[in-house]
Amino acid sequence: MTILTILAEITGDIEVGLKAMGYGLAAIGPGIGIGYLVGNAVQAMARQPEAAGMVRTTMFLGIAFAEALALFGFVLFFL
Amino acid sequence: MPAALAAFEFPPVSHLFEWPVVILDGTPLAINKTVVLTGAAALLTIGFFVLGSRKRALVPSGFQNLAESSYELVEENIAVEVMGAEDGKRWTPFLTSLFFFIFFMNIFEVIPGIQFPPTSRIAIPALLAIIVWLMMIFLGMKTQGVGGYFKSSLFPPGVPKVLYLLVTPIEFISTFLVRPFSHAVRLFANMMAGHILLTTFALLSAALWLGKWNAIFLPLPVVGGAAMTGFEVLVAVLQAYIFTILTAVYIGGSLHPEH
Repeated sequence: MTILTILAEITGDIEVGLKAMGYGLAAIGPGIGIGYLVGNAVQAMARQPEAAGMVRTTMFLGIAFAEALALFGFVLFFL
Repeated sequence: MPAALAAFEFPPVSHLFEWPVVILDGTPLAINKTVVLTGAAALLTIGFFVLGSRKRALVPSGFQNLAESSYELVEENIAVEVMGAEDGKRWTPFLTSLFFFIFFMNIFEVIPGIQFPPTSRIAIPALLAIIVWLMMIFLGMKTQGVGGYFKSSLFPPGVPKVLYLLVTPIEFISTFLVRPFSHAVRLFANMMAGHILLTTFALLSAALWLGKWNAIFLPLPVVGGAAMTGFEVLVAVLQAYIFTILTAVYIGGSLHPEH
């Protein structure tokens, strides 16, 4: 909480800059995660083309969950 | 270059999403662009399937073919894939209307002259997510009983008894609080980001067009804007797909608890 209150006291441009940095930081994790996820999904589809449909559905689900974290960062940037 | 960019001023973000009220100002029924577009998406969805199912020829052709293959697309790729053959077929009508309602709202983002997705206002994704959330809880209670539903969702089987102290709060937060929130925010934030992205490219193109070096710098944002428009079409389909498939997962999870 103390960090948040200190952040709230810093005014103007610095706050906006920090928010933007926060969004950048929030995008790192999901970026790496989605990279791994899709890469492995492609590998699975290449090894087992008949399972491609199932893999693709699960892949999109995983992407949706991983992506949510980055999007939270994006929304909090505007709050 | 600095002279060209000096004229460029990005409007505050609220400018891109808040529309003036057209009629019935001051009443709860005030109508602005968002309301009109949401209604248009609903009418398009209804019209698409009503027109497609009017003739009911045995061998579909033309419009009926399009409507039937869109229905089958949702049935095969979303409903049956996630919920299984029996439940999937029963829930396809709901999922299809949800998919096309969201898709039509999303695609307004790239249609020239409209270029605003109503889903980029949090109210609409939030309402849809709340409907799905209530359905999820209601169906879970209906099929498993009130106690059974909370037991299966809060106390997942196969966990050592002591760990329930840790697992149950996490499950409660993730199932009943984070789930509807992330369901709504995912659609909303994607469409909002897309809208801001397209606006940025359009404004950059306009600013460079008025600048001195327009012949050199203009092609970049113009090509970028065109490419981003194509990308946003993909996003519109993908987000409708993801919203629908998550709906199927949530409802399917209520109908068939993990054993």
